[in-house]
Amino acid sequence: MSVTADPVEDRTQALLKPREGGPQSGRRWFLPVILTVISLIWLFPLLLALVNSFRDYAFTAKNGYISWGGFTLDNYKNAWSQGDFGLHFWNSFIITVPAVLLTLFLSACVAFVVARFSWKINLALLGFFMAANLLPPQALLIPVYRMFRSIEVPFWFSESGTLLNSFQGLILVNVAFQTGFCAFVLSNYMKALPKELYESAVIDGASVTRQFFQITLPLCRPALAALAVLQTTWIYNEFFWATVLLQQGDKYPVTSSLNNLRGQFFTDNNLVAAGSMIIAIPTLVIFFVLQRHFVAGLTLGATKG
Amino acid sequence: MASKRRYRGIDQLSARDKIVVALMVVVPTLLVLWLVWLPAIGSVLLSFTNWDGIGPLSGIKSVGLQNYRDIATIYPPFWPAIQHNLIWLAVMFFIATPLGMLFAILVDRGVAGTRFYQTSIYLPVVLSLALIGFIWQLIYSRDQGLLNAITGGTTDWYGDPDVNLWAALVAATWRHSGYIMLLYLAGLKGVDPSLREAAKIDGASETTTFFRVVFPVMRPINIIVLVVTFIESLRAFDLVWVINKGRNGLELISTLVTQNVVGEASRIGFGSALATIMLAISSVLVFIYLRIAMKED
Repeated sequence: MSVTADPVEDRTQALLKPREGGPQSGRRWFLPVILTVISLIWLFPLLLALVNSFRDYAFTAKNGYISWGGFTLDNYKNAWSQGDFGLHFWNSFIITVPAVLLTLFLSACVAFVVARFSWKINLALLGFFMAANLLPPQALLIPVYRMFRSIEVPFWFSESGTLLNSFQGLILVNVAFQTGFCAFVLSNYMKALPKELYESAVIDGASVTRQFFQITLPLCRPALAALAVLQTTWIYNEFFWATVLLQQGDKYPVTSSLNNLRGQFFTDNNLVAAGSMIIAIPTLVIFFVLQRHFVAGLTLGATKG
Repeated sequence: MASKRRYRGIDQLSARDKIVVALMVVVPTLLVLWLVWLPAIGSVLLSFTNWDGIGPLSGIKSVGLQNYRDIATIYPPFWPAIQHNLIWLAVMFFIATPLGMLFAILVDRGVAGTRFYQTSIYLPVVLSLALIGFIWQLIYSRDQGLLNAITGGTTDWYGDPDVNLWAALVAATWRHSGYIMLLYLAGLKGVDPSLREAAKIDGASETTTFFRVVFPVMRPINIIVLVVTFIESLRAFDLVWVINKGRNGLELISTLVTQNVVGEASRIGFGSALATIMLAISSVLVFIYLRIAMKED
């Protein structure tokens, strides 16, 4: 991986590039047919939700689900107002944005130190963060829950008076969990930067702060973009901590608010479909618009460079 | 390099630089120590005590292995949960992961329309498992579900304790195999093409080439895929929690821990012992993962 290479672009190209010595043998039609069938099966549940989200409940109740027609936009209108999605999207927003920014900043700090200096402790440090990313969150629930409940914060900081039931507490937990993965990816990326850059910076008398902000971070922009997309998806999708640490339904982010909707929507599957689609929209937008970054972020972590 | 003599290496730091570097390490470390490692230690310690979660921490007494004994003997959901976690793991390991690998191999052959195939298969990966539980409700619901509409049956796929675990596993497989496909595909693209060329010149078939040449050189990614599968199976939670909060056929260790903390009956000792079991299993996996991921260093 050279400095100038854009890992996002590289990966997009690599994944699409046909392999040398690809299908040249007899049954050329076979593979595309199989893959098309698999793809359609995989798309089916989503397409089903999409189609039914636009159908009228009375119509499908009368004609059954294996029918066509009864299209309406009412499900979206009703789901939006019954699910109070305006509020929950706002909650998701004020949890996800600070959490992603803080995760990226802190992990960049760790990665910078690990990659820039050749200290013995570096590997252990990285392991300390990465292992934290892999532990099952449920196993840490009891102490975190009790700790948050007993830590009192001023009311201007959180109206619940404790870290439990506060956005700040949830943001910190998300950051603590995600830092390991990002630090690992970023440190690999930063290690590939040529040492000469730092040499000349040191000779020119640039402080560590300046090296970090003016050399390292700008060069890591592609990796940071990939991680930002991936982390936004993950933290938006995060369900467990939000469900247990925020106790009032009106504080739930979108993903956890699903739980509240279950009872209300139980009798009307078309409304469930519309609600699901509303919740999926941000991630689907990310998927279709920023797909390259998402894939790059995911695979940068698993395969080096 | 003329300046080499007065320049004393890039690790040379001024006093102010030292403070900055220290902060860059210490702040994230403290955060992770506070919110991940201390709670992990806390769970282990609490599992040996009788704390009821109400009284002050000073009233804690050590009860040795009592909690573990109780879990195994007088806590009915425990053994079903273990069994369900093992089934979950088995399905992910024997079905979802190989399926993902197979998809990766098929997609990797690079027929026209690769982008469409890739995209469709990993589309579920961007959705949360909680949302997936909802989307599959359209298929599984008893009165309005597609499955019963087609078969004319009356099974409550999410409610019937005989089938709901399998219903959840189909949905989980749907997502997991896409994820594995993506990881594996990236790995396959990293295999040196000359290896395949050489095998081809030697007259090896595609199948032989894969199993004898490609699969062995992908050992690191194979192990990472396996560890990811194990960890995800152990952490499985969101899907069953949205279905029925992990009761009635869908008990998993993760849901039992959660029920013991936030549920009506708060049994800290029990919950901690369950948490410790999870930690013990995952620490082995984490160890393997770290060794592979950091090997090059």
